[in-house]
Amino acid sequence: MSIHQEVFALVESNLQDLNEELEYESLAQIDSNTVVFGTEGGIDSLSLVRLIVELESQVNERFGKSVALADEAAMSSRRSPFRTVGSLVEFIVTRVSPDHA
Amino acid sequence: MRNVMLITGTRKGIGKYLADYYAQRDFTVIGCSRGGVGQRQSGYEHYCVDVAEEEAVCNMVQDVVARHGHIDVLINNAGVASMNHLLLTPVSTVEKILGTNVVGTFLMVREVAKAMVRQKSGRIVNFATVATPLKLEGEAIYAASKAAVHSLTETMARELAPYRITVNAVGPTPVATDLIRSVPREKINDLIARQAVKRLGEFRDISNVIDFFIRGESDFVTGQVVYLGGIS
Repeated sequence: MSIHQEVFALVESNLQDLNEELEYESLAQIDSNTVVFGTEGGIDSLSLVRLIVELESQVNERFGKSVALADEAAMSSRRSPFRTVGSLVEFIVTRVSPDHA
Repeated sequence: MRNVMLITGTRKGIGKYLADYYAQRDFTVIGCSRGGVGQRQSGYEHYCVDVAEEEAVCNMVQDVVARHGHIDVLINNAGVASMNHLLLTPVSTVEKILGTNVVGTFLMVREVAKAMVRQKSGRIVNFATVATPLKLEGEAIYAASKAAVHSLTETMARELAPYRITVNAVGPTPVATDLIRSVPREKINDLIARQAVKRLGEFRDISNVIDFFIRGESDFVTGQVVYLGGIS
């Protein structure tokens, strides 16, 4: 499995866990275009905090790399990495790739 | 399962007392300070960490969570003060005080609350001071830094309430520790005269308030700053 696929699976399972509890309609089917957070809908900010906290911890466990997903670059980016499942996966992949300091 | 408590600034003073007090009460106590500490009783573990340094704080909290699996209570005790007229206060002192008292409190809460959000439970206790409501001359920066902690406590309480985490603060009066050693006796006496109960604070006055904040029944108590000695 590529890093990309692994990260996708991680994001997908976390969104499914959230959804089991909160039943977001938008998360019934999850693919790269699924909206995660933003003006076009998706989860609320409380759920986003939970999602980020879970992902940071699981990425750390899985890849042995401590990543802060809510760092300055992410929070100031004009196109939020938390927009869609696809953008979130891309963002995490760049963080865990060996070239990222 | 023993409850895990993280206390900052445990090398001496109130922090050392709290570490001993809670280690004797069946908590696993994790402490930190910039320097090391000597031999302590069982149930206590120490990290050499400056709470104002982001990376060091992140690494410590991750390590504690990896080893213990959970953090139940955070006591943000680490603090620095400097008694000085504002016209004689160097910027480096201002930065140091804000760094430890404000940035340190913020960083510790941010990192520990990540673990608490996952647990869906947690108790956080910050440290305010009566120097803020008393508007003590000579303590402008210290009082301002703790006013920030007061405000952080109230807002953090709201932001973390949905995750069943409470955030409160205790505001001690002067206690006989290093923090007030450089303050002239006369000043301390003037200060005590402004309290409703006119005596120096004792360590047990502080642990008494913390005991209340962290007990299971206090899950409806959050965003509160309790000043001791009748100051408000």
